[in-house]
Amino acid sequence: MCLAIPGKVIAIHEGEDALFRKGKVSFSGITREVSLCMVPEVALGDYVLVHVGVAIGVVNEEEAKQIFSYLEQMGDLEELL
Amino acid sequence: MKYISEYRDPQLVKKYLHELFRVTTRPWTLMEICGGQTHSLVKNGLLDMLPPQINMVHGPGCPVCVTSVSVLDEALWLAQQPDVIFCSFGDMLRVPGSTQSLLHAKAAGADVRILYSPLEAVQLAVENPTKEVVFFAVGFETTAPANALSVVQAAARGVANYSILASHVLVPPAMEAILGDPDNLIDGFLAAGHVCTIMGTTEYDPIAAKYKVPIVVTGFEPADLLQGILMTVSQLEKGTYKVENQYARMVAREGNAMAMKAIHEVFDVSDRMWRGIGSIPESGYEVKEAYKQYNARVKFNIHLPVREEDPDCISGDIMRGHKKPVQCPAFGGRCRPEHPLGAPMVSSEGACAAYYQYKSSVCS
Repeated sequence: MCLAIPGKVIAIHEGEDALFRKGKVSFSGITREVSLCMVPEVALGDYVLVHVGVAIGVVNEEEAKQIFSYLEQMGDLEELL
Repeated sequence: MKYISEYRDPQLVKKYLHELFRVTTRPWTLMEICGGQTHSLVKNGLLDMLPPQINMVHGPGCPVCVTSVSVLDEALWLAQQPDVIFCSFGDMLRVPGSTQSLLHAKAAGADVRILYSPLEAVQLAVENPTKEVVFFAVGFETTAPANALSVVQAAARGVANYSILASHVLVPPAMEAILGDPDNLIDGFLAAGHVCTIMGTTEYDPIAAKYKVPIVVTGFEPADLLQGILMTVSQLEKGTYKVENQYARMVAREGNAMAMKAIHEVFDVSDRMWRGIGSIPESGYEVKEAYKQYNARVKFNIHLPVREEDPDCISGDIMRGHKKPVQCPAFGGRCRPEHPLGAPMVSSEGACAAYYQYKSSVCS
């Protein structure tokens, strides 16, 4: 139910009213119109997290990498202690 | 898909499992809150791969499963009113109310429609000015902003024939209800990632401190779940109880301000009846007085008798972590996905349905 999928913003339709701001998001080639009103900071090419037709967050690209280095960092910390 | 497939990498999963076996020295019971996490844990066979000391129990984080029989009866009543188009997310349709499901009502001629987004329901109202369009606004904090946005957009567009049947539930009060139970078994929590995308992580700080439990905000892919479990077990082994964030690529500490603004614009916090658990104070959202014309309960003046759920369903024990689905006498016999006694067998995120679908791996 809380399923949300990351997709790439490939078009932003700037309307007069921020409440109705929309864009087109690509999920590996499948595109869908999505409300962007809750991610005012989003730019073309960003990845957004989409839930029931609404973008609820912008993916933090730096944080997305931490899972690949976490174990090494844990090991380094233990060596220091 | 970017930001999904790399977190399913078997080599990465193996590294996390290896580390988990290394750090785990004692038995620990962890609860994942979210039904999406339950589904991923069972589907990917992770429960069988964990160190034997780690007992994962499956929390109440499936809105389909915890929506009360009384609310389902309200939905059924609305769907059967003349000139009503009743719209819902697809997974609510098979959930049994006290007498039947929305799917039964649809088969009998009610205009029940499955939609992907509440924003589509507003458009449907615009296109059908002689009908009343009602959206079944279920969900946790993750879904509340979209449902609130539908009301705000309807108000801004002057759409008068749209309303919502709100049945929102909130995660932190449910965690407190579980932790405050004298029979509580839970040593640590994986908090639900997408709920925290909206609300941030700060509301968990007082819970972790009060009950001395580590809480790790966790994602949904196999490597996410194992990292979340590793972070929780590492804290338990060290004796710490902090809130940590495994899912920082999607969750900022402060949450999403615009989404919370939409929630607070439309909803007040209210008491809520949870199926299988009972009433939990201040654990839901109800439509504010200022938006009462969009509240289907007010608009249609619904007053139905309160009904009980099937006494053979032990979903409350399962969602509190006291029992596993396979310990239910009805599991797989009287209660199956095509004929569910209780909601956890309906939704694919329900613990019972996940066990039933993939049970060859968990029953052995």
